[in-house]
Amino acid sequence: MPPKKPELPGVIKGLGVTFKTMLTKPVTVQYPHEREAPPTRARGVIALLEENCTVCMLCARECPDWCIYIEGHNDKAPPRREGGKPRTINVLDRFDIDFSLCMYCGICVEVCPFDALFWTPEYEYSELSIADLLHDKQRLGEWFETVPEPPAYESGAQVKAKKYASPAAARAKNA
Amino acid sequence: MTLTEQQQVSYIASQAAEARVRFELETEGMTLNIGPQHPATHGTLRIVCRLDGEQVVWADPVCGYMHRGYEKLVEARKYQQVTTLINRIDWLGHFANEVPFILAVERLYEVEAPERAQWLRTIFFEMARIANITLFLGDMGVQLGAITPVFYAFRDREHVLNLMEAVTGGRFHPNFDRVGGLKDDLPKGWGDETKAVMRKVEEFCDQMENLLVGNEIFEKRTRGIGVVPQKVALEYGLSGANLRSTGVDWDIRRDEPSPLAWKHADWKVITHTAGDSFARYWVRLQETREAAKIVTQLIDGLPSGPIMAKMPARLRVPKGEAWVHTENPLGEMGYYVVSDGGPSGPFRCKIRTPSFNNISILPWLLRGTYVPDVVAILASLYFILGDIDR
Amino acid sequence: MSLGGSLLALAYWQETLLRVLGVLLAVILPAGGFVYLFLFKMMSRMQSRLGPMEAGPYGSLQLLAEVGKFLQKEDLAPEGADRRLFKMAPYIVLISVLLVYVAVPFGPDAWFTDLDSGIFYILAVSSLSVLGILVAGWASANKYSLTGGIRAAGQLIAYEIPMVLAVVGVVIQAGTLNLQQIVRAQAEGEIFGFGAFGNPFILTQFVGFVLFMIAMQAELTQAPFDMPIAESEIVTGYMTEYTGMRFLLFFIGEFATAGAFSAVVATLFLGGWYLPGLSLDANYMNIVGPLILFGKMLLVAFFIFWIRFTYPRFREDQLQSFAWKALIPISLVNILVTGILKVVF
Repeated sequence: MPPKKPELPGVIKGLGVTFKTMLTKPVTVQYPHEREAPPTRARGVIALLEENCTVCMLCARECPDWCIYIEGHNDKAPPRREGGKPRTINVLDRFDIDFSLCMYCGICVEVCPFDALFWTPEYEYSELSIADLLHDKQRLGEWFETVPEPPAYESGAQVKAKKYASPAAARAKNA
Repeated sequence: MTLTEQQQVSYIASQAAEARVRFELETEGMTLNIGPQHPATHGTLRIVCRLDGEQVVWADPVCGYMHRGYEKLVEARKYQQVTTLINRIDWLGHFANEVPFILAVERLYEVEAPERAQWLRTIFFEMARIANITLFLGDMGVQLGAITPVFYAFRDREHVLNLMEAVTGGRFHPNFDRVGGLKDDLPKGWGDETKAVMRKVEEFCDQMENLLVGNEIFEKRTRGIGVVPQKVALEYGLSGANLRSTGVDWDIRRDEPSPLAWKHADWKVITHTAGDSFARYWVRLQETREAAKIVTQLIDGLPSGPIMAKMPARLRVPKGEAWVHTENPLGEMGYYVVSDGGPSGPFRCKIRTPSFNNISILPWLLRGTYVPDVVAILASLYFILGDIDR
Repeated sequence: MSLGGSLLALAYWQETLLRVLGVLLAVILPAGGFVYLFLFKMMSRMQSRLGPMEAGPYGSLQLLAEVGKFLQKEDLAPEGADRRLFKMAPYIVLISVLLVYVAVPFGPDAWFTDLDSGIFYILAVSSLSVLGILVAGWASANKYSLTGGIRAAGQLIAYEIPMVLAVVGVVIQAGTLNLQQIVRAQAEGEIFGFGAFGNPFILTQFVGFVLFMIAMQAELTQAPFDMPIAESEIVTGYMTEYTGMRFLLFFIGEFATAGAFSAVVATLFLGGWYLPGLSLDANYMNIVGPLILFGKMLLVAFFIFWIRFTYPRFREDQLQSFAWKALIPISLVNILVTGILKVVF
């Protein structure tokens, strides 16, 4: 058996590691001058597409923190065909998400059957006062502009129903 | 009262106080509170030590400063909501907390997730292990005084967290496991990125070996410190790397049947015979390498298919009880789920966390050690407060 | 500073004023420079990050920002603390380091005082800081601080001895305690007849150099000898209860001591303010000399901090046994060998 190669004592090898790291480029990203782009599926903030919401209250019920506040009322809409009965529809009065309570779990987005809630990777919405973290209907609608298209799947995936809805398709649904 | 009478009364009172104190303190010595706010305890753990010079005569851990009432919270939530809560128990090994619970519910509901889901669950489980243990590898350096390795640990852990974010949307709390499978499938390009990251993880392990394991000072501080004999480890219920470093060859991934895909990869169970702090560090370092190997192999052989079994929208779990335990990064974690057949979540869920049992050995272990060694032992036992207190 | 009387005719009080300002400058500039270069930038690069970048270009004014931050903090003293001792402790440490700089020569005529017992005086005065640390640990009325102070006392006293013994070898070779003469001895000396670049004692006294560097690391309570400030156990030990400007005084004292000792090492072992090829007596050396000395101080400090950022720390008893059982016997043997060689050659 060949004799064991004489190795440097561990203390010297440790010095070598730190010296080498000193000469390599540091990994710091200088926020806010530079920003890293979060991945497409990142759970930044929740966006609401109001046209698709039917006030079914599923999201408010499933939220583990009970941070979604919904109010709606019944209204009459014109009939779909001539000579038909007026339809009752639900109109959304108030849809608030309290982001100071939100755990960013995504259950509300997942259970919504009508593709009205979406995740966006936007994360820069810190406020100076906690009360401002309650995003109302209008602000949640503004976040919709930032919703990205869901990424393509890896080969071998056989997902039938797309879990992350496409915002363009959702908009077209009720156009 | 005159001044002399006042003085007499206060003198008697002080004597009485001193007598009380002397009676409580059987030995001369300093009582030192390590914690609850202290850099060495990973969180709010309080250890009351009686010192004699620099030697610990007597130590008593006091936990519960971070009790959040998980078992009660879980009783008031539905199954899907429970997943969001429990990945905050061991917040560093995120996905690993969800798996035993989901497996228990699947056993009650008598459904099996499809093969691709099981493989992916194993991959995420091992990635949670890597995320957890890399932090330990750097953190032990800091507790012993080497301030640089922890930065390398955080830097290389970022890559694993970014991978988790690309799949699940959350870096620390993936909330991805569902009864019957996973929430969604992998985005395109994830497999190659993962393999590159696993190579980086292995480089990191090599760096830690050069920086810490081979370092003579590190060896002097950890060899022979906090030796746990095999019998004592088994009696106190240690698990995970703490148990394997004493020579007990026990790993739930290999020794118990599990629907997850560990048997499809070629990996070893690492043991060490010394049972001291150095052994615990070394075992965890090698386990990280094995975890990286497992992930790379499983990604290569990932079967295609659906990732969710046919499940109804409203989950109604039949009455029953199930106990599932897995080899989590910190040790053996298990959930005992009791369902009463109702429409909402579990009736009762008992969570067996590894760190709670791991620190039960502290009074035995810390007796007779020096104060710097206390820190080395705490660092090497590696507990996380969320895991102890739930 | 004696400027040879040729440049300006200064009254005694003017000279004293210049000397005081000079010492303050000589202490604060290296301390500040070291803090920025080594603590902020080198440590960050070794940890794969950038360090402070916002205050000033590349974070160069960060220390100023920190001074401003510390100045506006509340002046606290713990309730059970001995107030007078508590407030006095940082000043003792600072005074001892200022006194060290006084004897270091910066050029052929640029020195504060030319003491004949130069190095002896320096070693004596640097041990005053032990008092400051003990006083800080005791007066803080905090168990952690007391532990730190006692550890510091034991460690600093133990490592004084190898330091002194390592210097004895240099003194034997140079034949004098005067630091200015030691620089000249290195400049004009020869190694076995070869005199092209003088005789920097690092070459002939290599063992002494290594001993002095290790002992100096312990005197500065830097890792791997930083038990007194073991951050993860006793939360900066004797400095735990110091906040605001008092903490900054300790901090500046720590880095000024690092600068002072690097200057001493540069003078004793690396040749001081002299570089082979330059003249020993010219007037321009009064300007170039301090710069050369500063460069050598940076080199020495680089090694000190490199070791600090890489290694974990020794336990107290391992530290003590290393000093008493390893360093002191080696330094005694070093003195023996140096003496024999000096007599023989």
